[in-house]
Amino acid sequence: MNAERPAWEQLSGARVLSPVQPRKLAKVPFVEMAEGRLQGVVSSGSDIERVYVSSITAGTHGYNCSTNNNRPCGGLRGTPCKHLQSLVEEAVLQYGLERVARYLRAEGDSAATLVRILSGGHESIPAAVVFSRFLRHLAYLELPDTSEPVAELHWFPSLGAVS
Amino acid sequence: MLGAQLAALHDGALPGVDEALDLIAGFDDALVSGFARLGEERAAALVALAGALGGTPLGPSAAEAAGKVTVGSITDEHLTTLAGARTALFGAVHDALLARLDDALGRSRADWEGTQPQSGDPLAGACRSWLAELAITGWRGVDHGLASSADQAIQNLLAEPRLRRPAMLLDGLAAELRASSPVGAMERLPARRWADLWARGLLLTRTGGLEATELVSGRLLPLGVDVHEHGTAVQIQIHAILEPHGRLVRTSVAAAKVDTIAGPFVWQLLSSYPVLLDALARRLSLEVTDMPLLPSGDLLWHEGRASAGAYTDPFATARVQLTGAVSPAVPPLERHPVRIAEPVFVEGYKSDGKTLQLDGSGLAFDLDRLPQSGPLTPQLLKASTACIGLMRWDGGQWRLQPLAVQATVKKERLAVHNGDWALGPTDQKARGSGAKAGDPVAVLKERAGRLLRR
Ligand SMILES: [Zn+2]
Repeated sequence: MNAERPAWEQLSGARVLSPVQPRKLAKVPFVEMAEGRLQGVVSSGSDIERVYVSSITAGTHGYNCSTNNNRPCGGLRGTPCKHLQSLVEEAVLQYGLERVARYLRAEGDSAATLVRILSGGHESIPAAVVFSRFLRHLAYLELPDTSEPVAELHWFPSLGAVS
Repeated sequence: MLGAQLAALHDGALPGVDEALDLIAGFDDALVSGFARLGEERAAALVALAGALGGTPLGPSAAEAAGKVTVGSITDEHLTTLAGARTALFGAVHDALLARLDDALGRSRADWEGTQPQSGDPLAGACRSWLAELAITGWRGVDHGLASSADQAIQNLLAEPRLRRPAMLLDGLAAELRASSPVGAMERLPARRWADLWARGLLLTRTGGLEATELVSGRLLPLGVDVHEHGTAVQIQIHAILEPHGRLVRTSVAAAKVDTIAGPFVWQLLSSYPVLLDALARRLSLEVTDMPLLPSGDLLWHEGRASAGAYTDPFATARVQLTGAVSPAVPPLERHPVRIAEPVFVEGYKSDGKTLQLDGSGLAFDLDRLPQSGPLTPQLLKASTACIGLMRWDGGQWRLQPLAVQATVKKERLAVHNGDWALGPTDQKARGSGAKAGDPVAVLKERAGRLLRR
């Protein structure tokens, strides 16, 4: 038997994505690194119907926070609000500090320092785009399940043992 | 599986397999740099791949497609033919591997009696254009824009239940490309894997679903459950013996999900299959009545046609009934090594947690296929002496994917199965970390209920 592990490049089942780490979703149900931004949705602490859309642009470190109806966040007074702090904290939990820092092109040894160095100031980023991505994310949970065998999923082994 | 059978599996190279894999690697390399700028060497690789099919019905069209693509005439038809050529070559590798495995195990396999209908759903057109664009550009040229450009088209496929298979495939590929963008900055590329998914996408969007050929009744004795998962999909596939027929069958259920629902929480997404999940968690047999069976050996699960039976020990089933059971045929399009997942039973081995040793022969455990949704761990594998698993082959190597083990832990004899947590974790540690994560399924379903229909 060949004891060496085969080359990753030659594996059909090669793992490309690392699994996201489990985290509580109640405060920040959605966070993603997409479209050149770290962006997500933060539930309002006081009104169950209201959500905030928070985003930070990679590289420039400009940021924005508003309700999904585009009302500016009251906490955004020249410095990042608590929603932006929550967004970064949860992103670090989900993806790990290193991946988030690399994506933002920022340096920091914790979520708090990543927020502190956000120096790009307020940037106009449309909340509607991010919010509709969140709705599309949620829509996955409404798709009907199926008992038709999906042979293609043999290319996607489950995401690895806990320990 | 006995030591002698394991030795027979590894006894000598399979003629033609290395040559076929070299041709495939050449093709995959051409996809890395893109068909728009092939250069002499990669153009020759496409021609060589087509040439290998010279003696088959696909030969002439493959040669023509390779000729046209290498001079820059890259059409949907030519790309589909080349994808078909690569798939046919992998099909031959699959057949050689499976024949060797069946011989080694002394397992008989049913002949293929189904039909694989063609289909050309117009909804898939936009996704096919995307696959063509990827081939022209090459993986190295994929940036965020190209990786995301089929997102809407894939959503449209997902919304159509009869296109669920290509939708789940392409959604998985797109997520990997998005996360890897710009791909040109990656040190190394999963060239084999992405070419597999690309070729399969082109063929699958031209193929219809299999039709059930019979209705079966009897008792289903589960052997174990295999869990497949990417960010937005999960599937559980149960391997079982159908009595009184003595046939190996599978039954699968799949659901869409999001990446933040993972680990033991994925079972909750399958809660509309209580009979099935209950049988897994409590190790029950299942009585099925008039359940449709595909010619691929897949039972189309209907909760209403099944009921829970008596307690049954999968290890007893594996020990007594697996040797004589008949395996199903493999549908033509599914002849790919990654689809080989043959149930076996091994006992009396020694293991360091990575490899098992049986009568002087070694076999590596497939640790990349240990799911987070169940209790199996490398530590348990190390303590194990018996295993129900699936024989897998990838990258030139056979491996054993464990579905269940018997192990001695703190002088206690345990049987641990992938499906043990089907109704929720039974283990204190997993329950603790589950509680820490809250209940992501409930949180997101609440958000969906409140925000989606406004
Ligand atoms: Zn805010």
